[in-house]
Amino acid sequence: MDVRYVAHLARLSLTDEEAGLFQGQLQHVLDYVQELSPLNVADVEPTAHALPLQNVFRADEAAPGLPHEQVMANAPQARNGLFMVPRILE
Amino acid sequence: MAARFPSTIAAWRQALEAKPRHNLPSLLANLASAIDRCNPGLNCYIDWDGGEVQKALGGIDPEPRPGAGPLEGVPIGIKDVLNVKDQPCHCASRILEGYISPYDATVVARLRRAGAIPLGRLNMDEFAMGSTNENSAYGPVRNPWNKDHVAGGSSGGAAAAVAAGVAVAALGTDTGGSIRQPAAFCGCVGLKPSYGRVSRYGLTAFASSLDQVGPVTRTVADAATLLQCIAGRDPLDTTSLDVPVPDYTAALGSELGGLKLGLPAEYFADGVDPEVTRAVRAAIDECRRLGAEIIEVQLPHTRYAVATYYIIATAEASANLARFDGVRYGARVAGQDPLDSYQRTRATYFGPEVKRRIILGTYVLSSGYHDAYYLRAQKVRTLIRQDFERVFDQCDALLTPVAPTTAYRLGERIDDPLQMYLGDIFTVTANLAGICGLSVPCGFSTTGLPIGLQILGPALREATILQIGHAYEQATNWSAQHPPHGREAIQS
Amino acid sequence: MNAPVTYKVSIGLETHVQLRTRSKIWCTCPNRFGRPPNTDVCPVCLGYPGTMPVLNAAAVKQTVCAGLLLGCTINYRSKFDRKSYFYPDMPKNYQISQYDQPLCTGGAVTIEVDDQPRTIRIQRIHLEEDVAKNVHFADVSGVDFNRAGTPLMEIVSEPDIESADEAFAYLQALKQMLVYGGITDGNLEEGNIRCDINCSVRPVGQQELGTKTEIKNMNTFKGVHRSLTYEIQRQIDVLQAGGRITQETRRWDDERGVTSAMRSKEYAHDYRYFPEPDLVPVVLEESPLETWRAALPEMPAQRRARFVADLGLPPYDAEVLVADKAVADFFEAALAAGAAPKPASNWVMTELLRALGEKEWTLAEARITPENLARLLQLLEEGQINTPAAKTIFSACFEQGGDPVAIMQAKGLSQVSDEGALTAWVDAAIAAHPKSVADYQGGKPAALQFLMGQVMRASRGKANPPKVLAALKAKLDA
Ligand SMILES: [Mg+2]
Ligand SMILES: [Zn+2]
Repeated sequence: MDVRYVAHLARLSLTDEEAGLFQGQLQHVLDYVQELSPLNVADVEPTAHALPLQNVFRADEAAPGLPHEQVMANAPQARNGLFMVPRILE
Repeated sequence: MAARFPSTIAAWRQALEAKPRHNLPSLLANLASAIDRCNPGLNCYIDWDGGEVQKALGGIDPEPRPGAGPLEGVPIGIKDVLNVKDQPCHCASRILEGYISPYDATVVARLRRAGAIPLGRLNMDEFAMGSTNENSAYGPVRNPWNKDHVAGGSSGGAAAAVAAGVAVAALGTDTGGSIRQPAAFCGCVGLKPSYGRVSRYGLTAFASSLDQVGPVTRTVADAATLLQCIAGRDPLDTTSLDVPVPDYTAALGSELGGLKLGLPAEYFADGVDPEVTRAVRAAIDECRRLGAEIIEVQLPHTRYAVATYYIIATAEASANLARFDGVRYGARVAGQDPLDSYQRTRATYFGPEVKRRIILGTYVLSSGYHDAYYLRAQKVRTLIRQDFERVFDQCDALLTPVAPTTAYRLGERIDDPLQMYLGDIFTVTANLAGICGLSVPCGFSTTGLPIGLQILGPALREATILQIGHAYEQATNWSAQHPPHGREAIQS
Repeated sequence: MNAPVTYKVSIGLETHVQLRTRSKIWCTCPNRFGRPPNTDVCPVCLGYPGTMPVLNAAAVKQTVCAGLLLGCTINYRSKFDRKSYFYPDMPKNYQISQYDQPLCTGGAVTIEVDDQPRTIRIQRIHLEEDVAKNVHFADVSGVDFNRAGTPLMEIVSEPDIESADEAFAYLQALKQMLVYGGITDGNLEEGNIRCDINCSVRPVGQQELGTKTEIKNMNTFKGVHRSLTYEIQRQIDVLQAGGRITQETRRWDDERGVTSAMRSKEYAHDYRYFPEPDLVPVVLEESPLETWRAALPEMPAQRRARFVADLGLPPYDAEVLVADKAVADFFEAALAAGAAPKPASNWVMTELLRALGEKEWTLAEARITPENLARLLQLLEEGQINTPAAKTIFSACFEQGGDPVAIMQAKGLSQVSDEGALTAWVDAAIAAHPKSVADYQGGKPAALQFLMGQVMRASRGKANPPKVLAALKAKLDA
């Protein structure tokens, strides 16, 4: 596993120390997880939910959201009712 | 000697019913002072300053309400992963510093409806990721039986507080054993309901297809009472089941006649601490004496459970924790652009175990590896589920140890994640299969650490495992023991 | 010498259509446009810890109805997946979308360019959530989450589109059908329809598609046309110069009229799709599908045919009227209020469309109602007003609204048919213009028109022209 590449996908920057530590620990876990490889699962259906549920919907009815002040009270940085982030470059 | 207060829901209700007008404020004040004294040593509550009790006292109407709920006036501790309106919900992480929840989790709303007072933020492993409670940004929880040992995790704060008598009862969450294992390590009762039995709305997700909220209590009867109040379909959680909630308390008795209980061979294999095996075997004998028929059964895919669990749980977690980016709430580190800010924020405020799991989960879903890891694990999950379906055709419930060992020493496994994960072998299977499981105290090691008996039941058969746990509890004396670092010890 | 290489163009469009529901897709926040930032938001659509999506039934129904309209196969079993990527407009940093089991697959849109009918195949239609809106400032960007969680249907075409004109026609046809189906408002200004373009060219004769580029986030049909015109030529130029096309995402600069490569990301996208554990599968049974199918609204082609067959309108009229659903609805409402088809069609096609064009208004902005038009046509038919007066009343209705009779009376536009008044004007005209009288009687019919004009002027346009003509002739021919 390329720990730095994967951490980048997950938007985590790692120190060199962390990268080295995690590389070893996670390789250890991945080696262990290889236990699953010999199992023949070709004809097995995957389980995404342990539930026999389907078709659970909500009627299309609208209700007011949260008060704006309450929403912005949690914002780390806000201006003019907007959540502020560093300038988005494309 | 300080004033005493009841340590179970049942006793608390009794005390209130005797003298409601007078008792509630004094009961709460006594509880608060017990927490004040115990918490510095145990660290089971996060940011405890007693303010919540003052607030609760201010809001209390000393007149009993007509038609009062079954938890009227009972304080219930809340694991820090559950949202309570106008309170922080740190998830024991620094990344949620400053966040104040604008809403109640459904389980919290249901507690309130039943008359309960949600009280305190119970410590846990950061984002419920851990089995020792050492992964908390707010410090580890210590085991009230021996402060050099862990309380277990991730609901370590809940289990330690209940065992120590500084919470009457608590709500924890269980993704791979996070209610049952700390309950076993601390000597109290922990119930993981079946997937879909209890709403997850308001539970900060770790692994959405495995998470479930459940009671951590001193007695099985209290667990039944709490489950009664929180179970049932919630329109805000489409994975909650729309099936009737049985009367759990009515199912409790003292006999086990007519029940067939299975012992899965794989849960009694080598590698289990002999003291644990001995205590669980003794508990099995007790159940036989109470009338249950005991049979041997097989769950052949058990050995794959830990690998399967850590792939699925971390995959889901990697997406669930993506939202913590410092834009809408929580902590943030500035950056040159959003990407830079996200990376710094997450690097600064997530702890190491959370980072490890996010990386692992991201990897097993990533292009080129998805099928070999994630898809394969989903398929093995099917095999594990089928194991249980087969076994529950032969018996009503299973008896197993909760964990292969008693509570670890603090720091013992912190540097070896794989060793830590392997300790979850007996609990992760229930989450993968969506079935229910109960942990009840069944003895102590020679060093005085509690041991837990796990009772696993088919999906939605909580009444059965509660019945078994209650009968066993009534026949034994384990629940009456008090830890040396609990309220009784400090007060006497 | 080699013949010059000619190129074949392959364009595929991923069209995102906002659905017309009352509430958002996962929460009960209102689905509406134009509110102050971050006022239609809640813990769910802000991605707060612990929140979960609950699927809006109307969003599923509308997507399935779109699939039925486009002739798609409606999949019996469908599910939702998480698509992971970090971006400030994405509250959870994953989008709930549909990966391998969309609601609809297959289907087609028929278009006509230069009288050539063409079929553009649809690959799939899936349902997902819209993201927030970013606002850029000099040093920072701001995020408004009102739009986050709007139900969004993504219609993916096969790369069957072969020119910018066809792309334009495809989008027009798609929009027309979806607006007819009541599935979207089709309001481009509000971002109801946006699309991503995949475009490649290859030498004629080459089987496999050329390397494609992607142009993201187009929100006008004109922009799609212009950017494609540019991009096709750019790709051909690169190939003709012996170069290679790089697979990349390009941005359309509307002011400069060029596409340019977006700042390349360090790593390619890796969406890490997996089934959304918070939502259960959607399983569509035959019986509700049949009910929905039976209730589908009439499509433009059917309506066109009906206007010709049942109302006796010329095909050209029918075509013009149905092009905009709102206009066709107005027309039919006028008929329901008593107007005759052909006069109503004439007035809608000429006066109404002209006025809308002049003002650059949508029909919703105009004040005139179908009942107003029917009443106006009735006044005309009954001879209470003449055509110029009708046009004046129409303008007033169009801009300010109001009952045509009231406007007629207020403006004094009612036609004078009274014999006494007419006779007086006619006599005066004859007396004042003996030369014209002589000319007419001497065999010059044009002189009669002159005299008519005099009468109309004297009456300030209110005299009933046929009656004036009759009176003049009666006097002069006697
Ligand atoms: Mg999309
Ligand atoms: Zn919302």
